[in-house]
Parts: sequence; structure tokens; C-alpha cells
Amino acid sequence: MQINKLQVEAIKCGSVIDHIPSQIGFKLLSLFRFTETENRITIGLNLPSQKLGKKDIIKIENTFLSADQINQLAIYSPCATVNYIDQYNLVGKIFPKLPKKIDRILVCPNSNCVSHNNSINSSFIFIKKLNSMNLKCQYCEKEFSKNIVLS
Amino acid sequence: MRNSLYKKNIISINDLKRDELELVLKKSAILKKKPEPGLLKNKIIASCFFEASTRTRLSFETAIYRLGASIIGFSDGNNISLSQKGESLEDTISVISSYVDAIIIRHPQEGSARLAAEFSNSIPIFNAGDGSNQHPTQTLLDLFTIKETQNRLNELNIAMVGDLKYGRTVHSLTQALAKYKKNKFFFISPDALTMPSYINDMLLENQISCTRCQNIEEIISEIDILYMTRVQKERLESTEYANSKSKFILHTKTLKNARNNLKILHPLPRIDEIDYDVDKTPYAWYFKQAANGIYARQAILSLVLIENHF
Ligand SMILES: [Zn+2]
Repeated sequence: MQINKLQVEAIKCGSVIDHIPSQIGFKLLSLFRFTETENRITIGLNLPSQKLGKKDIIKIENTFLSADQINQLAIYSPCATVNYIDQYNLVGKIFPKLPKKIDRILVCPNSNCVSHNNSINSSFIFIKKLNSMNLKCQYCEKEFSKNIVLS
Repeated sequence: MRNSLYKKNIISINDLKRDELELVLKKSAILKKKPEPGLLKNKIIASCFFEASTRTRLSFETAIYRLGASIIGFSDGNNISLSQKGESLEDTISVISSYVDAIIIRHPQEGSARLAAEFSNSIPIFNAGDGSNQHPTQTLLDLFTIKETQNRLNELNIAMVGDLKYGRTVHSLTQALAKYKKNKFFFISPDALTMPSYINDMLLENQISCTRCQNIEEIISEIDILYMTRVQKERLESTEYANSKSKFILHTKTLKNARNNLKILHPLPRIDEIDYDVDKTPYAWYFKQAANGIYARQAILSLVLIENHF
């Protein structure tokens, strides 16, 4: 545990998204537009992890994620944890829960879907299947397996 | 009966609960028996066809005139100044909603009716077809016709034939009939055009019986409704089209063992999937089905626009 902490510089105040599956960290940065900030961001890729083998980690200074953002993380990295840091101390630990609905960040795989129009935000709801999870576009009503929408 | 459809958008058959379907069917039957020509007097309805669909438009417009309402609108989005000036769908709907009491929209993109409803300032939107997605009034008229001919919407054996992959009418009708008990479905289509998995999954999850069959003869003696659709040549490889064509064409001889109550439906236009001889049999019901479209559309328009009916 101690070794891990040293691999990415500690932050004084802000959010640490930990236990992101490796290869997903970069994707999260762009999808959640974390990079559209002046705050300092530290990212660690392919760090050793007991839980995942390898993991990514993102630290954003002076930023606290909204409940929506946190739950949306669950789509890409179901085991991620979000730690809130203040004065170098852990002041909160949140485990994302899969939301019912996900707006804006995904793109509908149906090329004839009206949600591709510039002025509209995409909107999907989760549909639990017997052995999998589907996403249904709120506009075109088409249902896709989660992997198709995320890829 | 409380009219829960009042002021509601009619975007997708999935948005309608079973008792709302019942309400539309009941009102359709009343209007068929007893026209109420003044029901929507003083109402103005916009008919916005961003893509041409003459049958659907004429059916809606007839329904509107029969109820005494007035229409404004356009019949082909390509030829109107709105599209030439590049105005967005959102802005068009936003403007038109300030003129009228309801908007009927036909648009080539899936989801456009749902989008229109977000910009219509609470003016009800009627989806008259959004791309390959939904066409709820078609499903309502299908249900009305089935109920009228069979006296029930449950415990029916329904065969659907043709392009089950892209045919939105069969998807919506299956979804609607799945709300009723003990219906059995038989699907007959070329391998490349089978029912999409989301429909099969929905049936499986609700433990509704559905069987894939090779041809119509196999099940003709078991079914109450034979819902035919067209297989478009361009959807299939030429060899598959040649091989499968004969299996999905209905001839009078195919009907030899049909039940007396069998009715053949088709969303029209028909090309060559139903032989013209079939028209003379008592089973042919597709033209009466099309005529029922007027009553079903009258019913849904009046229920959405007037609160107290019964
Ligand atoms: Zn879509």
C-alpha cells in the first residue's frame, strides 16, 4: 500500500480516482472532460494493484466530483473508488454505483439517430438483461449491449 | 374512465400502458359506429412531413377533417424553405408549436419525434414515423383491427412474415401484443431478416411463446392473424432473395387449411408478397385494416386533445 502511494505524488486537496482498470484511465480523462480545467492533474498508468493486477489512478487537485459523475464512472470502471482529500488527509471514500441513466458522455451507435445532431445531448438508460447489461438510447429507442456503446 | 392520454405525446407504443391502449380501441370503435364531426372544431393541427409518406399523411388528414379540425403543414420536407434555409428541427417545432394545438411529425431520423417533444412547449406531438423506429398509430390501427376481427387481444396465435429485421410495424405490434396474456407468435423470415434480439429477449423475459418457422403452410392451421410484410430485394443477397422469395409469398393455395377466423393483415403498400387472388378470399383484411387507420387516428387525436370523453 505504501509503495503505491509513493508512485503518484500525493495531493493536498481534491479527488483521487483509484482502482481504475488499466487502459481506462486515459479514456476517463477525455470522456469526463477532466482535462478542461486549470487544476493540476496527476495520472498514473499501469500501477501494480492487488485487486486488479494493474490499475490506473487519477488525481485532480481542488476538484470534487459530482454524484452524477461518480456514478457514471461505474460504467467504465465498476471497482473504482473516489477518495476526497483535504490537507493530505482522506476525508471521504465513495464507491460508484451504476446509474439508471447516463447523459451526454456516450455516443449512440445508430448512425441515423437524431442524437447526433449538434445541439442535443445523448441519453441512455441501463437495462439489465439475464446475463448482461444493455444501454437503450432514449431517442431512437434502440438497445445495444454495453460493450458496443462503450467501445 | 379517466382519460390519461389527455395532453400526452404519442411518440412510441412503448409509452402507452395497457389501459391507455384499451381507451384508444374503445374510442376507435365508438367513432367508427358514430362519427363525431364536431369533436375537434376550433382546433388547428400541424402536419409536418419532413419526408414524404402519402398514405400516412392522407390518413391523418382525413382523420383531422372528420373531426372538424383544421390543418396547416407541409408534405415533403425537402421542398420547403425551412430545410433550404437550414433551420433546425428544434427551431421549426418551437415556432410551429406557437401556432397550433397539436403537431404530427414524420421525419427520416430515429428519435426525431422524441426530440420534437422537448421543443414543443407542451403542445402534444404525434409521431407519424421516425426513421426505422416507431409509428405508434400504425400499431393502434393494427390492434384495433385485430380486436375487431377476433373480439380479443389475448390468447391469439399470430404469424408475422417477411422482413422482421427492419419492419418497424412488426416490432411495435409484437411489443404491444406482448402486453396481453397468452399470445403466441410465429416468425417467418429469411435468415438475414430475422426478428432483432431485443424483441426476442423481451418475449423470452416475459415467457411469451415464439417460434421460428420455415414457411406459412407449416402453421396456417394454427393461426388467427397472419401479418404479412414486404421483403425488399435490396436487403438480401440475390441468391438468398431468389431462394426465399417463394416461401414468403402468399397464394390462395397456402390458405387451404386456414381457420375460419383467420385474418390476413399487411401495413401496405403491397408489392408482390400477397397474390391478388387472395384479395377475394374472406381472409383478406388489409384494405379494411387501412380504412381502420382513420378511426384509430381520430381516436388518438381526440383523446389527446379533449379531456372528457365518456
Ligand atoms: Zn440513438
